[in-house]
Amino acid sequence: MKVFSRERSRPAEAPTAEVPAVTATAQVPVVTGPVAQPARLETHGVCAWFSGRLVLDSVSLDMEPSRVTALIGPSGCGKSTYLRILNRMHELVPGAQLAGRVELDGIDIYGGGLRATDSRKHIGMVFQKPNPFPAMTIEENVLAGLKFSRIKLPAEQRRQLVEEMLTKAGLWNEVKDRLNELGGSLSGGQQQRLCIARALAVRPRVLLMDEPCSALDPTSTNRIEETIRDIAGEVTVVIVTHNMQQAQRVSNMCAFFLAAEGKPGHVVESGPTEMMFDNPSDPRTSDYVNGRFG
Amino acid sequence: MTRPVGVDDLLGAPIEVHPNGNSAVATAPVRSDESLSHVVLSGDVTRAGPISPPRRTRDFGAQGVALLAASALSAFAVVWVLFYQLTLLSGALGFLICWYACFLAVFWVVTVQVVDRSAATDRVATTLVASCAALVIGVLLYIVIWVVLKGVAHFSPGFLWRTLADYQPAEGTALFGKVGVGQAIVGTLEEVGLAALMAVPLAFLTAIFLNEVGGWGVRFVRTIVTAMSGVPSVVAGVFIYALFIVPHVLGYSGFAAAIALFVLMLPSVTRTSEEVLRVVPGGLREASLALGASEWRTVRQVVLPTARSGLITAVVLGVAIAAGETAPLIFTAFGNNDMNVNAFHGPQGALPLVLYQNIFQAQTVVVQLAFTAAFVLLMIVLILFVLARLLGRRSTRKGGLRKLAKAPFNWAKGLVS
Repeated sequence: MKVFSRERSRPAEAPTAEVPAVTATAQVPVVTGPVAQPARLETHGVCAWFSGRLVLDSVSLDMEPSRVTALIGPSGCGKSTYLRILNRMHELVPGAQLAGRVELDGIDIYGGGLRATDSRKHIGMVFQKPNPFPAMTIEENVLAGLKFSRIKLPAEQRRQLVEEMLTKAGLWNEVKDRLNELGGSLSGGQQQRLCIARALAVRPRVLLMDEPCSALDPTSTNRIEETIRDIAGEVTVVIVTHNMQQAQRVSNMCAFFLAAEGKPGHVVESGPTEMMFDNPSDPRTSDYVNGRFG
Repeated sequence: MTRPVGVDDLLGAPIEVHPNGNSAVATAPVRSDESLSHVVLSGDVTRAGPISPPRRTRDFGAQGVALLAASALSAFAVVWVLFYQLTLLSGALGFLICWYACFLAVFWVVTVQVVDRSAATDRVATTLVASCAALVIGVLLYIVIWVVLKGVAHFSPGFLWRTLADYQPAEGTALFGKVGVGQAIVGTLEEVGLAALMAVPLAFLTAIFLNEVGGWGVRFVRTIVTAMSGVPSVVAGVFIYALFIVPHVLGYSGFAAAIALFVLMLPSVTRTSEEVLRVVPGGLREASLALGASEWRTVRQVVLPTARSGLITAVVLGVAIAAGETAPLIFTAFGNNDMNVNAFHGPQGALPLVLYQNIFQAQTVVVQLAFTAAFVLLMIVLILFVLARLLGRRSTRKGGLRKLAKAPFNWAKGLVS
């Protein structure tokens, strides 16, 4: 997979704003201290194109600080694309374009004041498939983000950070005696929790999760959900899931995405999770959350 | 139940049971649904009898091996009669090929008779593939053993540092007490080392460009690299000769040879490293970027370490090829029987050149000298290969190179304290 391609083809209908080439230094300092405040993430009219084809139409959502927002909807409706727009991973796909604004506590991450790498430090991500770095040990995996940012900590603080993050991810008791083993030696569920610990170690203010449990068994899923509930107070969580029960269990807010045949994906309805599941205003939402389609 | 549950049992499909019970195709007793549910659900298994010995369904078994041997023997007899007695053909190679073909045919027919058709096809295919592998390993071993046997007879440690300066073929085998290929070893190491020093960083950067950076130039660069790997080595030598040596930019020297070897190493190392980088999962790059790493950090700290052992193999392959190149050295290093440590001035020896210049000579002792040089060359490549394997091993990642590099400092620290 080519991640670094800069190729961008122009769509037939030009998007309102190209991804800007950001060169200015960051206005928001990278938070490395022990406490990072959860941030509010707002999007205004976010659209996305792949090779000139509109796949996501004007999504405006407000993800409140310290809350868990679930993005639900059938496959191919743009949930993952939307999630990847939130931390500038979308632009790594060849031929990808977007429009609209993504504001992290009022600062547009596409606005030119923030580098892509800095916005990704504030907005971490956990992927569908567990992807610990195979050439690094468990401990090095947790500290990878610091290494990439060239942040040097004294040995004692490093050890504390590793313990804190692995504890938060619910993995500490299982791996405390094998921190020097390679990340690949863990089971799938443990690897995913290691990835969560790794993402949390840079103290992000928002954590994006792209179907984090879809490759895991029910027990591991349970552990991850516990982890999500534990960290929810300290970081704003946005999770994409295909599992209705999971959305109901872990999220405070919910947004339902849908793409009609031949049409781009859009948000049908969003709001508090209880309302979305118990008393949705749109019949399509009701049908989807009750398993009548999708 | 009588044996561990396998996929076959769970599929529940009726599968034919072969008479010998260990045919190459999967065998499993046909189970009713009751017995299946019993097998899956029971925690404490109640067995009807003792567990039968474990077996691998793909193994030939004693019977299969016996059939194999018998087929080989009978094919040998039949072909010997046909080949040497009835048709008066001759030639060992022809006999071997006919024997092998006949053996496969006999083996298939016999297995069809004794077991069944599908097992016969499977075993013949297995035999065919296994014998191809054996042939390749055999050829490799033959070359190595042959060179070692021919070369080791006159080898002595002194041969590694003495030079060919007092080279008097008339002395016979007493010659080996006086001469050596030290100057050629130094030459080969310097020439290949310089070439690697130039080629490896450039090749890695090119591979990173092709696979990680991308952009409009990729197709063009890849085409050029492919075209470069097609350049015959002798042409590379002539090219350097015409470009540097004829206009007296450089004299005959090890450095000129290194440039020619560089031209040959670059495409090989680039293509191999590109392939190695390509198999690094894209998910790792995404994970690194999502942590806020820049693209260069991602390449340096995630992609390259993950591809480490593959990249080392790429370098070793390039070095091994360059160490054995002869043609480009003829016009560049020129060869030298005296020791010349300075790679930048004056003709320099090289092991392939010693081999090339002596193997055609009439005197036996000179040919023996060439074989001893070949033995030394083979050993050098072998040692490089083993070293690279050791460096590339994951377990020595922490303790290997880094520890080795730090060792002198630690030792010095120990002295101070």
